[in-house]
Amino acid sequence: MSIAVAVDDEVRYEARPSASEAGPAPKRIVVGFGFWVFLLSDIVMFAAIFAAYAALAHATAGGPSGGQLFNQRSVAIETGCLLASSYTCGLMSLAIGSRRFAATYLAALVTFVLGACFLVLELREFAGMIAIGAGPQRSAFLSAFFTLVGCHGLHVTAGLVWLVVMMAQVAIKGFRAAVERRLLCFSLFWHALDIVWVWLFTVVYLMGVLS
Amino acid sequence: MNLLGKLDWSAIPFDQPIIMGASGGVVLAIVSILSWVTLKGYVPYLWREWITSVDHKRIGIMYIILALIMLLRGFADAIMMRAQQAVAAGGAQGYLPPDHFDQIFSAHGTIMIFFMAMPFVIGMMNFVVPLQLGVRDMAFPTLNSVALGLTASGILLTNISLAVGEFAKTGWVAYPPLSELQFSPGVGVDYYLWALQISGVGTLMTGINFVTTILKTRAPGMSYMRMPVFCWTSLAANLLIVAAFPVLTATLAMLLLDRYLGFHFFTIDGQGNAMMYVNLFWVWGHPEVYILVLPAFGIFSEVVSAFSGKPLFGYRSMVAATMSICVLSFIVWLHHFFTMGASANVNGFFGVMTMIIAVPTGVKVFNWLFTMYGGRVRFTVPILWSIGFMVTFVIGGMTGVLMAVPPADFQLHNSLFLIAHFHNVIIGGTVFGLMAGYNYWFPKAFGFKLDERWGRTSFWCWLIGFYLAFMPLYALGLMGMTRRMQHYDVVSWQPWLVVAAVGVVVIFAGIVSQVIQLVVSIRDREQVKVTADPWNGRTLEWATASPPPAWNFAMLPQVTDIDAFAFWKRKQRERTQQAQPTKERKFEPIEIPKNSATGFITAFFAVVTGFALIWHIWWMAGAGAIGVFLTMLAFAFRNEEEIKIPADQIARFELANQAEIAG
Repeated sequence: MSIAVAVDDEVRYEARPSASEAGPAPKRIVVGFGFWVFLLSDIVMFAAIFAAYAALAHATAGGPSGGQLFNQRSVAIETGCLLASSYTCGLMSLAIGSRRFAATYLAALVTFVLGACFLVLELREFAGMIAIGAGPQRSAFLSAFFTLVGCHGLHVTAGLVWLVVMMAQVAIKGFRAAVERRLLCFSLFWHALDIVWVWLFTVVYLMGVLS
Repeated sequence: MNLLGKLDWSAIPFDQPIIMGASGGVVLAIVSILSWVTLKGYVPYLWREWITSVDHKRIGIMYIILALIMLLRGFADAIMMRAQQAVAAGGAQGYLPPDHFDQIFSAHGTIMIFFMAMPFVIGMMNFVVPLQLGVRDMAFPTLNSVALGLTASGILLTNISLAVGEFAKTGWVAYPPLSELQFSPGVGVDYYLWALQISGVGTLMTGINFVTTILKTRAPGMSYMRMPVFCWTSLAANLLIVAAFPVLTATLAMLLLDRYLGFHFFTIDGQGNAMMYVNLFWVWGHPEVYILVLPAFGIFSEVVSAFSGKPLFGYRSMVAATMSICVLSFIVWLHHFFTMGASANVNGFFGVMTMIIAVPTGVKVFNWLFTMYGGRVRFTVPILWSIGFMVTFVIGGMTGVLMAVPPADFQLHNSLFLIAHFHNVIIGGTVFGLMAGYNYWFPKAFGFKLDERWGRTSFWCWLIGFYLAFMPLYALGLMGMTRRMQHYDVVSWQPWLVVAAVGVVVIFAGIVSQVIQLVVSIRDREQVKVTADPWNGRTLEWATASPPPAWNFAMLPQVTDIDAFAFWKRKQRERTQQAQPTKERKFEPIEIPKNSATGFITAFFAVVTGFALIWHIWWMAGAGAIGVFLTMLAFAFRNEEEIKIPADQIARFELANQAEIAG
């Protein structure tokens, strides 16, 4: 550590203002940071629903419990789809970084298809549960389950719509600064949904099957 | 299927003369204002300069106008409640039937918290924070305008409930199971829920915007420890918004699912858990208290320091106190319902935490006192509000600590003692702070001062009226009177309630004085005209013209100290004494964000959607939602985001401004 200090040019070090004194940050930083703050607030919302789910997890009102309802195989495929879509979303960011249109569209398409597969599987699970009389009106536990998982599904749906809009923007406006910033926000959003899903998978499905 | 859902002519209460008179008056007032504006040809001006404006100063002023109108509405409810309780003793039933009285106290609480205090605080932050930070606008100017639009939508929906249908009869907290469909089948709770959901989204946007603005866009040289205290308290309040409002959104969404789709979150059947609502509600609700009061603390800090002519005493301890309150506010929520039946240990923990949170608040009070000590205090209207606050708030704080003792709370819970306590801190803290800020920053916003004499009259009426109106409620609470009573049998309570009613009349005189103050000041604006720095201020907002130009600062100020502007003025004085030449300034073109109708159009569709959902008009709800989506899409595809202001226009403005200061 003392070596680093000795090497550092003292005059230049003095002249450079610290990050907090550098004045307004560039727009890319401001937008990315603002979106991070939004994601944090979104995660707080999920936390409230998680808390509600945890409080109601055993309130089955004589109806079926999670262990009786959850199909592990289907959930495993869902998880695989979503995690793989995060990977292709990362590939899309790389393609955007090197300004390759075709690779961007391809990666976006794969991301979209994987996200859509996730949604279809989720909706099939919901439909199956409702068909055997285990809909959200059955018990407080199922209300919380449908709300928590459905809220995540709603986010994925919004993400898919957003992705389509962004591809239209890339096609019409090209890789402008504003478009690139939004694509950055999109990929942050998509990865955040993964994080929520990992929690959801653990708390709802794994712990649900265990109990 | 009915094309208009549950809506038909029976929704309008033609048989209720009070409601019809009030809503008729409101409709008449709106129609006459709108037609006056149209006839005078002001519509293009309003559209161009205000409604589509994304300028933080304009948006802030519009927030405050909304808040002041809602203050009148909420106050009208207060007068009606006090009048009812002053007469409805013994066998008497008063003039308000229970059904109507319940709506009035619910509307009063909802409006005063969400649609008076919140927009007032947010408006104040909007106007002041970017100026104090020495920057040109918020991080996301259009988002700011959308947030204003959504707040206005919530306000509009709440006020539509006056004439079309009914408002909630559940109190402003809307606890289930009472607020569930089983016990509140009408549209009242739906009005409450959708109004709060829509305005809540707006508030969250505001929170994100301010956190980003304060953390990422400050003038060069303004490190965290050089930020004005108002910016610090705004940062804390907006961090609380970001962390607390999503919980409210989730909680109200659960109640909506219960009411609309038959879910069982809080219902009696299906093993729902009503106490979970109460817990989640106050996980938001207690931070909300600090969202309202922390910015007020910031205002007092600015006012006390400016009018004592001294830097704030204990700046660092003030920042530390603010941030500790910010964190602690999340671990005290259970003190709102010690009577839930949690174990003694749980109640004990929350009781102790509640007492601890009083410590940083006490630190702040001492900081203000020591700032004034040894200073030359100028007794202007803002400092009067500040001193009134210090006395009143300490009383309110101490009654709060009393109720933080769980065994005492079992006696005081839901009694008028509680009502007196939280009015004591919200009026004595937030409202007094907002009034101080309103008088302090008005000259900055409009270029002329508010009349001092009427300002003083208004302050004294508010202060005396407050004590008359709320001190009797402490006594009544100790005598066992609970909140929300439409009539009561104990005749010995009546004299106290009559005194309280008199107090409300005195506060009313204070509000009238404020209206007169505004009218008189506008009339005499040429005599009370001010230049950039009318109060000998210490922070950067006083460095630019009053009112500031759209670009705020021709050049971003270089900050080298706390109280940047006071420091700059001292340097300037030294420079003139030593006859150093002032630096030649060269202006460059400035880009400012372009106006956008996005906020207004989003608000329009939000009202349509909200109204349709309240009345189960599904096609209209769908149309409104599509409208919101298309508006966002149009915004995303616009090509021009900024307009450039040429350098010579800036130079002209600056020269004129300097000539005005010199002359």
